[in-house]
Amino acid sequence: MLIERYIYLAIALFCIGIVGVLARRNAIIIFMCIELMLNAVNLLLVAFSKMHYAAGVAKNATAGIDGQIFVFFIMVVAAAEVSVGLAIIVMMYRNTHSVDVNFLNRLKH
Amino acid sequence: MDISQILFYALSAMALGSAIMVVISRNPVHSVLWLIVTFFAISGHYILMNAQFLGIVNLIVYAGAIMVLFLFVIMLMNLNAEAEPQKNKWLKLAGVVAGGCLLLVMVAALKQAEVKGQIAILGTGDIGLIKNLGQALFTDYVVPFEISSVLFLSAMVGAVVIGKK
Repeated sequence: MLIERYIYLAIALFCIGIVGVLARRNAIIIFMCIELMLNAVNLLLVAFSKMHYAAGVAKNATAGIDGQIFVFFIMVVAAAEVSVGLAIIVMMYRNTHSVDVNFLNRLKH
Repeated sequence: MDISQILFYALSAMALGSAIMVVISRNPVHSVLWLIVTFFAISGHYILMNAQFLGIVNLIVYAGAIMVLFLFVIMLMNLNAEAEPQKNKWLKLAGVVAGGCLLLVMVAALKQAEVKGQIAILGTGDIGLIKNLGQALFTDYVVPFEISSVLFLSAMVGAVVIGKK
């Protein structure tokens, strides 16, 4: 499969995530769109790892494995991020009784 | 068109369609369910590229653990379509236009990219198997692996500290 098809797919997924962050006000949906963007990047990393494998397998039997290890670490960091982020959203809900991010504008005043 | 190309296009359409549904659903629970569909499609892409370990981990960690956490929080707060905060129509339009501009810029930047025309091989190659990934993870990448366990510990402590207040 040509690599640019994977690149277009990952760009489209990433931009849908960006639109979700910009156009929604629910903090949880915004958080989910960030997960979507992370997954678009993961998909592209795996596609590039397979591309480098195809190019370098003659010299090195595990060429391109770094990309997949990196995806693994991104998943680790995303899991840690979700646990802390959801705790913050729950705390915000307890303080304001809403998940609307527009309530959190105290830095503006 | 062979079977892997058909699978590629079907999984891509599924991923894009359900990603759009995540953004436009009014009900947050529906958004979570559509995001799970997206993750299944992305896992299908991983398996198509023979990255079996990442495909399974994506299902277990993302679709299994993280999305259940999201659903748990949404149901704890009793959010539904009526309680959904609505942005002004023009702000939504501005968000869509900004995202579309980003899409345009990225696609235009790809026009001259030197990776164009290279092949990501589907179905074969054994770098995605558990044996090879585990060998790389516990030899070349053992220090980042141990540091990520410390990161998990600090995330756990952080979540408990934030949640107890």
